[in-house]
Amino acid sequence: MLILTCPYCGQKSEETEFHSGGEAHLKRFGPGSTDEDFQEYLFVRENPKGVHFERWRHIYGCGKWFHAARCTTTLEIFGTYSAQTVKPPKELRDKISAKRPGWSWRTYP
Amino acid sequence: MSARLSAYGRLLNKARSVNFTFNGKKFRGYEGDTLASALLANGQILVGRSFKYHRPRGIVAAGVEEPNALVNLGVEGNFEPNQRATTTELFEGLLATSQNHWPSLEFDLGALNSKLSRFMPAGFYYKMFIHPRPLWKYVYEPFIRHAAGLGKAPKNRDADTYEHFYAFCDVLVIGGGIAGLHSAKAAAKSGARVIVLEQSAHWGGRALVDGGEVDGSPVDNVVDKLLTELSSLENVTLRNRATGAGIYDHGYALGYERLTDHTSDNAGPRHRLWRIRASHVVTATGAIERPLSFSGNDVPGVMLASAVRDYVVNYGVGVGDRTVIVTNNDDAYRTAIILKKSGLVVQAILDARMLAVDSPLVAEAKSVGIRVLMGHAISKVLGGKRVTAIEVCSQAGRGTVLEKIECDTVAMSGGWSPVVHLWSHCGGKLIWDENFSMFRPDVDKAPKGVDGTAFVSPAGSANGHFGLMELIGDAHAMGQGAAEAAGFVCKRASAPEGSYIEEAPMVPVWLMPQGANFALRSKSWLDYQNDVKVTDVQLAAQEGFESVEHAKRYTTLGMATDQGKLSNINGLAILSDALNQPIPQTGTTTFRPPYTPISLGAIAGEARGEVFQPVRRTPMHDWHDANGASWEPVGQWRRPYAYVQPSESIQDAVMREVKNTRENVGLLDASTLGKILVKGPDAGKFLDMLYTNVMSTLKSGKCRYGLMCNENGFLIDDGVVARINEETFLCHTTTGGAESIYGHMEEWLQTEWWDWNVYVANVTEQFAQIALVGPNARQVLERLSGMDVSKDALKFMEWTDGLLGGFDVRIFRISFSGELSFEIVIRSSEGQTFWNALIKAGKDLGIMPYGTEALHILRAEKGFIMIGDETDGTVIPQDLGLHWALSKKKEDYIGKRAHARSHMSNPERWQLVGLETLDGSVLPDGAYAVAEGVNANGQNNVQGRVTSSYHSPNLNKGIAMGLVIDGPNRMGQIIDFPGTDGKTYQAKIVNSVFYDPEGEKQNV
Repeated sequence: MLILTCPYCGQKSEETEFHSGGEAHLKRFGPGSTDEDFQEYLFVRENPKGVHFERWRHIYGCGKWFHAARCTTTLEIFGTYSAQTVKPPKELRDKISAKRPGWSWRTYP
Repeated sequence: MSARLSAYGRLLNKARSVNFTFNGKKFRGYEGDTLASALLANGQILVGRSFKYHRPRGIVAAGVEEPNALVNLGVEGNFEPNQRATTTELFEGLLATSQNHWPSLEFDLGALNSKLSRFMPAGFYYKMFIHPRPLWKYVYEPFIRHAAGLGKAPKNRDADTYEHFYAFCDVLVIGGGIAGLHSAKAAAKSGARVIVLEQSAHWGGRALVDGGEVDGSPVDNVVDKLLTELSSLENVTLRNRATGAGIYDHGYALGYERLTDHTSDNAGPRHRLWRIRASHVVTATGAIERPLSFSGNDVPGVMLASAVRDYVVNYGVGVGDRTVIVTNNDDAYRTAIILKKSGLVVQAILDARMLAVDSPLVAEAKSVGIRVLMGHAISKVLGGKRVTAIEVCSQAGRGTVLEKIECDTVAMSGGWSPVVHLWSHCGGKLIWDENFSMFRPDVDKAPKGVDGTAFVSPAGSANGHFGLMELIGDAHAMGQGAAEAAGFVCKRASAPEGSYIEEAPMVPVWLMPQGANFALRSKSWLDYQNDVKVTDVQLAAQEGFESVEHAKRYTTLGMATDQGKLSNINGLAILSDALNQPIPQTGTTTFRPPYTPISLGAIAGEARGEVFQPVRRTPMHDWHDANGASWEPVGQWRRPYAYVQPSESIQDAVMREVKNTRENVGLLDASTLGKILVKGPDAGKFLDMLYTNVMSTLKSGKCRYGLMCNENGFLIDDGVVARINEETFLCHTTTGGAESIYGHMEEWLQTEWWDWNVYVANVTEQFAQIALVGPNARQVLERLSGMDVSKDALKFMEWTDGLLGGFDVRIFRISFSGELSFEIVIRSSEGQTFWNALIKAGKDLGIMPYGTEALHILRAEKGFIMIGDETDGTVIPQDLGLHWALSKKKEDYIGKRAHARSHMSNPERWQLVGLETLDGSVLPDGAYAVAEGVNANGQNNVQGRVTSSYHSPNLNKGIAMGLVIDGPNRMGQIIDFPGTDGKTYQAKIVNSVFYDPEGEKQNV
């Protein structure tokens, strides 16, 4: 059972207090988009062995959605941040690159 | 044969005898005995029959690794199967029975299987019983289930209670042996909060059996002193009879404490599940001795050498009079020496090794006059229900018998395996140790915590350190390291010094003798509990099950309740040998929690019966209950299905309620419907994205029915939206949808359109909502007086606020029944009083409450869809003929893009129609309509299914709705619905609006 820290209320809590919401930073495709783009948006997900960005909601707390960067192999949480952004904050990206040499945003080994 | 030894029994209180019953026979033991030690003391070594071949089986071990001595304990509400006799503490009146035999333990007809074992190797069931297919279900499987298996499932409800404990600590030490206690002390001195869990009733572990010294004091004194010291520290919690059952992500761990299993007093909770969050965990879980694989190693009387020693030292039980020791290491010599000292006969030590020089233990054994045969092995054990003799051979050979030695006990040791289970649960990796031929924790690859640093440290023999000197040094260092990892500072203190005894290296022996022929190998057991032999694993390898995970599943090696604690390493070695590869290349199977079985009751804790799940009650719940409500669970809510009057059946009540609502006036508690307030300058824009139709154009004071889809285009909810004012909307959802739709709104607002100025609030429970339905509905409201609810003042699909009979209410004129209908909303606190006022006002107008089934029939008569009946997560609005609710003007809404996907406009989609049986009977709900021909599996093709089906008392016939391929274009066609009752129902495709198709009744 993971421990997550909600970036809104600052509460560090057990996983049971949160609700997971799958991959973060998806771009929505609506009417007018191509079948390929729409299919990608609906069904295609990252499945990295390593750094993963995911959505969580502090459902039994402040109710806010936020993002977490987590390693899928060691379960390390690199950080959590606001869901109201299109990419992870620079400090977090730098921290992950330092901990996982070779990693950079939107490139997966 | 086995008997008490007066000079031994350190755990016994010989002043107090304890009576117990095994298979109906009365026995006597001492306080401090386990069931196993007491049975052995009474000469009862045969304790069960094996899983598959029904071979007689005896006690093998003295601890949690015991594979054979599984018993049923207790009766009725306290009955529990598969309990290990070796860990069951004896108490006055204990009742135990053995398992898996018929008619009796001594004479078991199933033992016939053993004679056939030649023809029942691994995979036998898969190969033998595959044809003909139907026989599997009706003949083979019931037969195998009867013949195989262990204990029987309890029949009674569990009479005991259980509880959960939440605990937090800096360092959790799992294991209260000499290593765990030293780790705990080292950590506790830093000030860290420490919890120590010990699975048995006793602290100190094996060290107290084997002896030795720490800093010059005997281990018994050392353990006593450590316990006194740790108990006095406020930052230390010590728990015995508490197993560290599992380690999970980020320092979460489960402890399983047995509170009353060891006494006849059952007051209070039986088990307690500790849910622990620790900064760091030390696994001081010890080591388990391995059996050796030789022919007949499962005959009762063949035991682990350490167990034979434990029974002497701890319980004063000599398992047999004449023992043969067979070993590949020095440790088993300790057993021989103890037996000799206690006055029992050791016939010989068969040591598979060839040692150039005698080690101190070998020399000591020889000096006390024990015959030691180096390079020797057991070719075969003789005996049925008890060992009678062994045949000796050379380990290097093929099993040629050199001599026969009479004996009643064989004490075997194949070396020791660290208990790495808890280390491995959360991803700790293992390395292969060539010196001890064992897997031990790779401390550089520990499980990682939330910050990416290691959070588990193995200590003592669990870390592959044997012998007091090494083990205590390691435990001390790991305890300090754990405290430091948790952020504490440890003063530099040198580790206590344990005594040292030099031991000669062990040599790996995976098969005895090395060149054993098939006959010998086919009686050499690896997994006692699941009856897996050396030849089974070899067969699996030969048949291509080369991955250890595949071989495990094919042979069932290690899959029984002991999870292979004794069998795994020997099985891996045999598999590796068959594949001609080194053991580390084969690897281990995955270690999963719990370490030992834990009761389902402990997992459930307090969450059973009424507190299993909270029940949500509407403000009028108690009134419903007092007025004959037959309850229906709807999510966590309870809603009245019908209000059953005396001398009425439930079905009668439903029919009465439907008719009365259409003819007079009915009253429905609709409080469970979701009520979500959406407010803000962008509220209209937001709802336009959520609903498929346009909501932003709705005028204040008006209502509009809307549909919601998900991004896949599938219908997820429906309901009436009312505009309260320019910036405020009230969205009604289905009962089941209230929380999920509220969550859906929050998700889109927070994660996609976070710059829109909208706020949503779920106010479902703040208000009671009552539907007043039927031709007399308006009259009832008028009698309460205070608001104009006339046809023109409050039109269909309008709402108004006001004081009605003194109550502060909001009235919606909406209808889910096709009748004149009002839904009245009032603060929850006034719900019941208002309900009473309505009933009083409508008394002579025929007012009656109606339940959910009447609601369903009323809506089905009108062809109104119900989310969850007509939809199942794969249905789009177009399937239900709801094209009118899909805005063409809006550029975008959730689901719009998906509706443009090719399959969504396929005319072959199943679409909503009405269905009427030709004879007026009720179609079975969920029945499928068959089409011509069969599919690739030989099943009938299908062309539709029933989604709702009822008897309509107003039309006096069965009515149904269903989804049928191209249904709307097939009006009048007759299709067949085979029922599960063997009857085929013929139904005509009709319009889905059965009642008042013009919709006049609601517009009066």
